[in-house]
Amino acid sequence: MAVELEKILRPVDHPAPPFPPKLMTLASGEELVIRQIDREEIPDILPYVAPLLHVERDYYDIVSARVYAELLGYARHRMQDEYVLVAQIDGELAAIVNGRSMNAEVGVSLHTLALRRGLRIGAHAFAAKMEYHFDFLKQKEVLIVAESPIGFRRWMIEYKLEKRFGTPHELGGVPSWALTKELFDKARDSLVVGRRPVPEALLKKAQAAILPPSNPSKPPVDLLAATRALKDPTGTSLMLQRWTQEGKV
Amino acid sequence: MREVYAIGSAMTSFSRLEYPLSEIAAYPAMFAMQDAGISKIDHLYVANMGGGRVNGQTGLASAVVDSLSLTPAGAETIENGPASGASALKQGWMAVASGLHDVVMVIGAERMREVNNLEATDFVATLTHPLAEYIYGVTLPSLAGMFTRLYMEKYGVTARHLAMVAVKNHGNACLNPFAHLHQPITVEGIIDSPEAMTNNPFVADPLRFFDCCPVSDGGACVILASAETAKKLGKPMIRLAGVGQATDTHCVHERAEPTDLLAVRGAARQAFKMAGVKPSDVDVAELHDAFTILEIVESEEVGFFKKGEGHLALERGDTALTGKLPINTSGGLKGKGHPVGATGVGQAHEIILQLRGDAGKRQVKNAKIGFTCNFGGFGNNVVCLTFIREK
Repeated sequence: MAVELEKILRPVDHPAPPFPPKLMTLASGEELVIRQIDREEIPDILPYVAPLLHVERDYYDIVSARVYAELLGYARHRMQDEYVLVAQIDGELAAIVNGRSMNAEVGVSLHTLALRRGLRIGAHAFAAKMEYHFDFLKQKEVLIVAESPIGFRRWMIEYKLEKRFGTPHELGGVPSWALTKELFDKARDSLVVGRRPVPEALLKKAQAAILPPSNPSKPPVDLLAATRALKDPTGTSLMLQRWTQEGKV
Repeated sequence: MREVYAIGSAMTSFSRLEYPLSEIAAYPAMFAMQDAGISKIDHLYVANMGGGRVNGQTGLASAVVDSLSLTPAGAETIENGPASGASALKQGWMAVASGLHDVVMVIGAERMREVNNLEATDFVATLTHPLAEYIYGVTLPSLAGMFTRLYMEKYGVTARHLAMVAVKNHGNACLNPFAHLHQPITVEGIIDSPEAMTNNPFVADPLRFFDCCPVSDGGACVILASAETAKKLGKPMIRLAGVGQATDTHCVHERAEPTDLLAVRGAARQAFKMAGVKPSDVDVAELHDAFTILEIVESEEVGFFKKGEGHLALERGDTALTGKLPINTSGGLKGKGHPVGATGVGQAHEIILQLRGDAGKRQVKNAKIGFTCNFGGFGNNVVCLTFIREK
């Protein structure tokens, strides 16, 4: 009976080509490997997402909560046609990006979670995700939204997304924006970088273990500081929590 | 005139700050008062460039003096573009030196990230000539780009030299917990690698992303006092010994030789002469590297190196933290950040820390004489300061 019920609850994924791993050099000189992970590796990254559930800055809390659920949904077969890419520096987890296919022609961008900020790590991972949709899944457009204003501005400015406001996005039902194949091709030369194949030693190191982020965003001292700050025109609660974190008070 | 001493100093992180401009100004002031061990001041100067335009906040000094419960002390807002901070310090110095006041607080504060980068760039561009520059789309990066191209052709500076400034200052910023950027970078990553053009795209040819300072929020505060008051506090005696200011043509294209920064030269000369020291006496300096080229050129114009040889000193490592004359130990505008109105005060704060021996991992050994150059406009209004540790 349980198996019969599981057959009903578990979606059947459509066949999809793998994302070939790629390599790029960051401004820091470090090598970033972006590769696809399978369900078996999801438990390895969940512990690195969980601490971000209470980081309000840049909407890390909402993004990480949704990513956590999406990763579980993937690992436990409750999300159809999902894929997950990770970006690693020397094994260290630097970013997670994921998405899914709505149908053969339309992709859905789910999240871009940078666990190490700066150096365009999130932007490189996002570009790899879009490359997967257009170059490997051969889709015509990808529906995109962002919880964080910083992320939204970045995608908007860099890719000049088109409106698809008639289509509610799977993330919160908000109006969608779209990256079309044409827009992606225009941005390709300047934004989509990386080399293949990844040298075997680097790839093996990345596959051997997903190491924890070395400097993840820290949860606040006061979990509700940002919420309270909405009603606090002075912003003092936010300022105090940050300074407390930094050991300045 | 009386001698003037820095008795207290503090800053916020230069970063993206999520609280109002008046609080960005008030918090470093509270910490500077704590640092000085005083609770009363005679007068307050607040340096700010964009409060009225970017934050909808005018009369900033009036708001801040009340936030700090320092009324009925006098309070004024000082605006002199990106040199507002050092201009406010100059006003504070004049007030104490003249005997008008005994204890003066100088704050610099800016909240630029309330708007996006494009709007922030446009706001700063309003300091250019409205009819001869601004209406044609001139921005500070574009002026700096043209200036850099000329400098490269005339003196042999290369993109690699510019990258070396960025790498050095990012490295220093990593040692400064209050700096905006804590990202070590390498020449390979921003110039040589196949991905360098994406990591480090052109902003205003030949200047690239890592040649430009970030847009920052932040505040800093320095409290100045007479010798009599400073001595009572029993702290290291850091004297603001030299103040210089000079101007140049508003339009860059009207300068006889656009690669000469005459206002930097003039302001530095005054600041050294008043202090009774030479450029070669300086142990540590903060220069206004809003663009990497400016650190190289200012290091020549203030007299540290011969004209056209700043990049050679950089190559030799003279300006590194362990070099003969460490420049921008704080990370500079490039790494520490550039909240325009606060920058000059932030530079002074770094020098005060260095002369006190309180700069932590970026401490320059036995630093006794420090220097700052705060560059307004595109070199059309410059304020330089010389600080000396007396004991």
